[in-house]
Amino acid sequence: MSTLVKNIVRFMLFIGVQVFILNQIPPLHQFVVPYLYFLYILWLPFSLGRFPLMLIAFFFGLSFDYFTGTTGLHAAACVMIAYIRPFLLSLLIPKESTEQSYVEPSISSMGWAPYSLYAGLLTFIHHFYLVLLEWLQFGNFVYFLGKVAATTGVSLMLIFVTEMLFSRKAKFRTNK
Amino acid sequence: MKNIFLFIRQYINFISFLLLQVVSVILLTTSSKTHETFFAEASNAVTGNLNSRYSTLRSYFTLRETNRLLAEENARLRNQLSGNFQAPDSSRIQAKDSTVRDTLGRFRKYSFLPARVIGNTYTLQNNYLMLERGALQGVHKGMAVTGPSGIVGVVVESTDNISKVMSLLHRNSKVSAMLKKDNTAGSIEWDGADPSYLTLKNVTKSAKVTKGDTVLTSTYSSNFPSHLMIGTVAGITADPSSNFYTLKIKTATNFFTLQFVNVIENVRYSEQTQLENSGKHP
Repeated sequence: MSTLVKNIVRFMLFIGVQVFILNQIPPLHQFVVPYLYFLYILWLPFSLGRFPLMLIAFFFGLSFDYFTGTTGLHAAACVMIAYIRPFLLSLLIPKESTEQSYVEPSISSMGWAPYSLYAGLLTFIHHFYLVLLEWLQFGNFVYFLGKVAATTGVSLMLIFVTEMLFSRKAKFRTNK
Repeated sequence: MKNIFLFIRQYINFISFLLLQVVSVILLTTSSKTHETFFAEASNAVTGNLNSRYSTLRSYFTLRETNRLLAEENARLRNQLSGNFQAPDSSRIQAKDSTVRDTLGRFRKYSFLPARVIGNTYTLQNNYLMLERGALQGVHKGMAVTGPSGIVGVVVESTDNISKVMSLLHRNSKVSAMLKKDNTAGSIEWDGADPSYLTLKNVTKSAKVTKGDTVLTSTYSSNFPSHLMIGTVAGITADPSSNFYTLKIKTATNFFTLQFVNVIENVRYSEQTQLENSGKHP
């Protein structure tokens, strides 16, 4: 499967899973919202430039927003992590070797520790920004802190469960 | 001018980031106030369609819960129907009467209490009726129950407001009966076959039975008053091994359409049964 087709399928799958499964879970606590959909942006290929990355993230977030009725909220957070992602990747991995030989970020292409840091930081930034936007509309400070912490924890757990369930094989870049 | 283009070119990513953020925030702030962003309608058509399909799918998993809620609602609404409310029973007023006997020296032995049938089975081997009249309204175990056209059964259990009646259509039901023509006694039972027919056993062969003879309750019964209608003879079987007929009786009572019955209280019931039982078990 080509990278493009794979990512289009992932686009729909992530939105579907988030909207129809994770969002349907009865609320455990007001702080806990199980978010997983932004993993799509974490999994996008290395080769994408920063501008296409942000554009994709924007439309991805927006299409999720239309299901939840919060137009622009998740889009903003997604654009944020799409913007930060390349900085983080260039800090975390030896650029030449990894980006030339692998297609997309994963545990096998980056290694456990860098990938965890990558996922953890982006998750935190995503939730921080998302809850900040929510908080500016309504809410108090305890809500802000609690929700960022709880949601980040739940999301990280979901991300690692997903990584273990769907272990993506390290795909080597070919000349095709 | 060239510098401006150079600046834009250099910071294209940051500028586009800011632009997308601004677009998102504008969308967020406007959409929460007015719901008329320029493609909201089209996008809502798509997401709405998906969401409705999904909820159709999901509704199957909550059918049990939905069903329970509907049943509860039905029960709640039915409880408001006027037909559920019974007017206070004024047919038997409890009053202390100083004249226990009338001037001719007669006394009351049986009193009739009306009751509504709230449950009735006739398809089983052991059928019962439920009456909306219980111990608080004077119904006790052992009382006879009669319908508008014939006898129905015997009270076997009574709670405060409800009582349970062993129908004649019960394998253990046994009522003392007699032929109207010559007062030949026998015993009414049910063989469990047809709810329209009972069996009258132990009628001596000396009785001149013909089809169509009327069968009444006998004078020997402790709970039934005598001469109440039971049914008519529909078939005669002579048991060759014994001296008795077995008669097939068409019931006078239509057990399928019972609505109201009378519960019969025998004032001397306990006295009579006590004496009967003491004779059996000394």
